[in-house]
Amino acid sequence: MGDIALRADHVSKVFGHSRVLDDVSFELRRGEVLCLAGENGCGKSTLIKILNGVHAPEAGAVFSFGDDTAIGHITPREARARGIHVIWQDLALFAHLSVAENIVFDDYVANPMRPLSYRAARQQAREVIERLGVQLDPDTRVEELSIARRQLVAIARVLRAGARIIFMDEPTASLTRNEVRTLLDLTRALSAQGISIVFVSHRLAEVLAVCQRVTVLRNGKLVGTYPTEGMTQARLSQLMTGQELNLVPRQTAPSGEPVLELRGLSRRGEFEDVSLTLNRGEILGLTGLLGAGRTELAHVVFGMTQPTAGEMRMHGKRLTLRSNRDAIRHGIAYVSEDRLNLGLVQSQSINMNTAVTVLGELEKPRGFLAPWRVRALTAEWIRRLGTKVSDAELAVSSLSGGNQQRVVIAKWLATKPEVLILDCPTVGVDIGAKAGIFEIIRQLADDGMAIILISDEAGEIWMNADRVIVLREGRVSQELTPADTTEESLEEIINA
Amino acid sequence: MTIASSARRRLRLSTDTLEIGVMALLLAASFGFFTLMAPGFLSGANIRSMAVQLPELGLLSLAMLLPIISGGLNLAVTFTANIAGLTTAWLVQNALGDAGALGLVVSVGAGLAVGAAAGFLIGVIVARVGAHPILVSLGVMIFLQGLGEFLTRGGGISGMPASFQWIGGGSVLGVPVPILVFLLAAAALAYFMQFTRTGFSIHMVGSNLRATEYSGIDVRRVLITLYTISGLLAAIAGMVMLARFNSVRVGHGESYLLITVLACFLAGANPFGGFGRVLPLVLGLMSLQVIASGMNLMGASQHLSIAVWGAFLIVVMTLRMPFLKRS
Repeated sequence: MGDIALRADHVSKVFGHSRVLDDVSFELRRGEVLCLAGENGCGKSTLIKILNGVHAPEAGAVFSFGDDTAIGHITPREARARGIHVIWQDLALFAHLSVAENIVFDDYVANPMRPLSYRAARQQAREVIERLGVQLDPDTRVEELSIARRQLVAIARVLRAGARIIFMDEPTASLTRNEVRTLLDLTRALSAQGISIVFVSHRLAEVLAVCQRVTVLRNGKLVGTYPTEGMTQARLSQLMTGQELNLVPRQTAPSGEPVLELRGLSRRGEFEDVSLTLNRGEILGLTGLLGAGRTELAHVVFGMTQPTAGEMRMHGKRLTLRSNRDAIRHGIAYVSEDRLNLGLVQSQSINMNTAVTVLGELEKPRGFLAPWRVRALTAEWIRRLGTKVSDAELAVSSLSGGNQQRVVIAKWLATKPEVLILDCPTVGVDIGAKAGIFEIIRQLADDGMAIILISDEAGEIWMNADRVIVLREGRVSQELTPADTTEESLEEIINA
Repeated sequence: MTIASSARRRLRLSTDTLEIGVMALLLAASFGFFTLMAPGFLSGANIRSMAVQLPELGLLSLAMLLPIISGGLNLAVTFTANIAGLTTAWLVQNALGDAGALGLVVSVGAGLAVGAAAGFLIGVIVARVGAHPILVSLGVMIFLQGLGEFLTRGGGISGMPASFQWIGGGSVLGVPVPILVFLLAAAALAYFMQFTRTGFSIHMVGSNLRATEYSGIDVRRVLITLYTISGLLAAIAGMVMLARFNSVRVGHGESYLLITVLACFLAGANPFGGFGRVLPLVLGLMSLQVIASGMNLMGASQHLSIAVWGAFLIVVMTLRMPFLKRS
């Protein structure tokens, strides 16, 4: 078995009373791209941390590296010595330092007293960048780079540090389609150089495109390792969730009267001349690449920013929004794509996050906001949306992505909106939970709400929207009906 | 992760009660210690003197707690108290002294209004300009200091009518007025933070201003309101100080400034905003007062008791850390 880069058997890990990993085996071949798949909480991160020496496994684990060594656990130092590196989702770069300084940084961890020569650093960085075959200026400060470019810096950094095994944690989460393509190409090139890569991703299409094998974990147990050839997305998601997902395209309901109309709406530098009509009981898909103006348009409709030209009408009446409070008053709600920073106040309780949009209604009489009214409201929405909550006094950050999203949706439904804008509502949501979120959205539309669904996942849009508007570079490039097209051609239209 | 969340649940359920429990324990411990060690600690005179001394620092700490929960600070609290006191004293002596009770009420009202206005100014700048509260309140603090020194030429105003001095030295049913004022203010603030939408919003703003704004809360109004209330509480402290010393001078109580911050953190307020309760703060302030008075009775210098306060904070922080880390 000379082609084994890393092998781990009988890996278990217990935190407190719960067994996070239960006798898991993991095998990574030299020069292979392997995907580690599983829902949140399945033990992926713990496994990576054990393989990287951050956590020690329970006794009984055996690690080997394709030579004769077999050890009980790996120390961080040993992981480094064997070329095992992790690129976490936050990339762990120094934003204020230059690309070159970031790339050579690890040299100075090993030898902190070594004087730093910028010229040498730049030269060494250039060599690694060349090896990667990308365009990067070693003198640029990292904070000036896009996420995708920063990722290249992170990859260059681990290569410079002698990486032979690279774990990449959700590397495509905040990349645009083209950037993802570049990254996947790069991943293949690295594997051709004999470097083994472990890819952790939620996006099944990417997993299947780039990986040779996929290792699936569920609830801390190994489900199995499968070749990706012949594997379908449906089968993979079934392995991950343990349940069959029967996703069917939405039956388009006859749509009602117009609720919201945009006429020639523009905001300088963001989008131009957008006209659209949103009807009662309809899900309007708004799609396009990241930066096509989707979120910017949503911000204007939600009153966060003001248009520079054009007009909005609601029920035929002209709509002027000075702030999002005006928008909320007019029955417009917006589920932000950035749940972590804008959607929820993460460190405050589920109760508070649910009630925050309707404090005025809950404060009865004026000057007395009864805590039990807040709790009753939250309990009602937890019940209606099927949110899994053990205690609503807990910080909302204690919930999984899917349940957090339910809290966001709840807090907006509490305002009884007529128009609900959902900006990438399934980002960071497990596959199993995605279906549940869309079930809620469809039900809302069936009950008469007018919904704008923003997403760059063609599959989501195709399955759930009644009509689709494609934005490109801030303009409406196409309007179509999912029924008249296929998921694949929609994907092509978005990325064209 | 089920373990993580269950640990968090256990923790969270207890965090609110934890802080109150810790502070009550500290108070009981310090009280017990000095009862045994300091002769005359339980005497009526000592209890009474503690009840008269505590409110100044106490009211200023309440004025500091609100901005801290909102993720900021109000460094101008002590000078706001001075300016408010000066306003009242000047009015009594130069304009309204002969107007009797009504004149006194108007003078106090004007002093409180000036304090609230100082807070309002900070709030408006923080909300409109978006500058960090530390910088804004520092600017206002220096401004008030300079203004006060200019107007008083570095001196002070003293000699208030006996009816006003009642606020500092009088008592109702045997309870000193200053502690009554403090406890009333604390109760009102506790109610405001727990049972009004503005109090609710202050917690949210303190944890994440942008997400709160996205939820449709008028965060500017929240900020302006909370700094105005902070200024008002500081002005009440200024009234108590004026009444107790029968004089007011710019810079009076200046050394309290950082101790108010210490008291808030001691009581478990989160330095990054979002969390902090009035009750643990009141209990914590009582412990600080018990330590100061007890050590005084034992013959130790006042400076030493301040050193003990600092040590106290470090010990409490250290004990609390494992809980904070896990959450």
